[in-house]
Amino acid sequence: MKKLVEIVAAVGGGSLTATSVLEEHLDRIKAREGEIHAFNLVTAEQARTDAAKIDADIKAGKSAGPLAGVPIALKDNMCTRGIETTCSSKILQGWKPPYDATVVGKLRAAGAVVVGKTNLDEFAMGSSTENSAFGPTKNPLDVSRVPGGSSGGSAAAVSAGFAAASLGSDTGGSIRQPAALCGVVGVKPTYGTVSRYGLVAFASSLDQIGPFTQDVRDAATLLEVIAGHDPLDSTSIPQPAASLVSVLDHGVKGMRIGRVTDLPEGCEPDVLARLEAAFDAMRDAGATIVDVKLPSLQYCLTAYYLIAPAEASSNLARYDGVRYGNRVDAPDLNAMYAATRESGFGEEVKRRIMLGTYALSAGYFDAYYGKALKVRRLIADDFASAYAKVDAILTPTSPSVAFKFGSKTDNPLAMYLCDVFTIPTNLAGHPAMSVPFGLGADSMPVGIQVLATTLGEQSMFKVAAELERAS
Amino acid sequence: MTEKISQETVIKVSRLARLSLSPEQAEKMTAQLAGMLEHFRDIDALDLAGVEPMTQPYPIKNVLREDVEVESLNREEVLGQAPAAESGRFRVPPTIGFDV
Repeated sequence: MKKLVEIVAAVGGGSLTATSVLEEHLDRIKAREGEIHAFNLVTAEQARTDAAKIDADIKAGKSAGPLAGVPIALKDNMCTRGIETTCSSKILQGWKPPYDATVVGKLRAAGAVVVGKTNLDEFAMGSSTENSAFGPTKNPLDVSRVPGGSSGGSAAAVSAGFAAASLGSDTGGSIRQPAALCGVVGVKPTYGTVSRYGLVAFASSLDQIGPFTQDVRDAATLLEVIAGHDPLDSTSIPQPAASLVSVLDHGVKGMRIGRVTDLPEGCEPDVLARLEAAFDAMRDAGATIVDVKLPSLQYCLTAYYLIAPAEASSNLARYDGVRYGNRVDAPDLNAMYAATRESGFGEEVKRRIMLGTYALSAGYFDAYYGKALKVRRLIADDFASAYAKVDAILTPTSPSVAFKFGSKTDNPLAMYLCDVFTIPTNLAGHPAMSVPFGLGADSMPVGIQVLATTLGEQSMFKVAAELERAS
Repeated sequence: MTEKISQETVIKVSRLARLSLSPEQAEKMTAQLAGMLEHFRDIDALDLAGVEPMTQPYPIKNVLREDVEVESLNREEVLGQAPAAESGRFRVPPTIGFDV
């Protein structure tokens, strides 16, 4: 399967057309999508029109964009004007947004070709895509296993070669965990780096868009395109996108890489063995491994599962059957709200709305939400102390390789524990990425997570590139 | 932290959240929420006195723009996606006579 940078070079250089690259990907979709279900919608006809336009422009001598002819899949929680955007929820089924998300405009302007909208856990709440109202996505490497989540469709689309790259969103690990489980690269940038305008909100202080790609160079290339200040997102950091591709060959000689000595328990031994191998590889490449302590990390799950549902309960109040989405008719307004939401939301979404509403309600606010915000500060402070000593930190991305369907669906807490290594990053607002680093149990891929401090993407990508070279 | 969550509280919260749970759903939800809240008691052990709450990861203040006209969404396109619209407005069922 062609890498993103290979496609850009070939289409820009005239040795391949965007149309032929697209058809190659559509053929793979045709062959395997029935089995995988990565997509909620494949936009083949629109993609053919877009690819033909790019080919005509290049033939006419216009300069090719930085993503010329790259087939890209979008998580179905990013608004695409006139193209159905569902969040894998019945409540939004059929909704065609009246505008494009900022990232969609940037991709199109760069010459990318959108091939479809990918499946997710409903409203991005889950770690396996089993919470999608439209059925789960299968892991292309073993269809009896989950692809991870919530951006499972986006991870599977890249892993199966349905798209050269895709975008996902990450609130507590929803890019990094499925990337690890599907054997691809997944990046959650610093909060505020990529515009959230047009990303359907789950937990606004945690959500961030990022890329899935086959390798680290592709991820750096794509992130450079989608990052940067956007006046339409008030939390967008007012500075230009960082240069990332330029640092990939710098190596890690002299870098200080953190090993967390008090990592939360519960990680499988096959994954921990790969983490040790990653530290060895970094040492061999000239980095110094430094022990760091993050004592508050053990409380991250509690802080996250109070803060994220609290924000979600507020954000999802907008699905009331009035302005968009579906309505269940009832004699009066309040009955209509309740009937619409009861019928439109799935079980996990209701559970989180309930948890969040409870944590924010009178009498419980200080005991739950207020406390969680203070724990969030402790976690950020722990990271600040660690980053005074190190340039980056390595942890596992997921405590285990991809698990079997149905193995965690009856126990919400067991599912939540999938995100124990990824959640702290979102609480702190830092960047982190998952890089495939060998195989674990049952020959399934293991992802190693590279973490860095706020706007530390260059350090993160240097380490990620070195890990990839050693894998 | 607080007492165990009761089914009455769950039903009250479901009304606040505009979710109509059936008695069976309320029972299941009570058990699941109680299990989670039990797990969340781990933070009770922390001394949080004097810790400043963290509501957002990156401190940006006073995000304002010049007060100039910019293009907004197309009204017909927006209303066309509503479950019910009429004369340039969203249409809703009667707002009086409800029971909160």
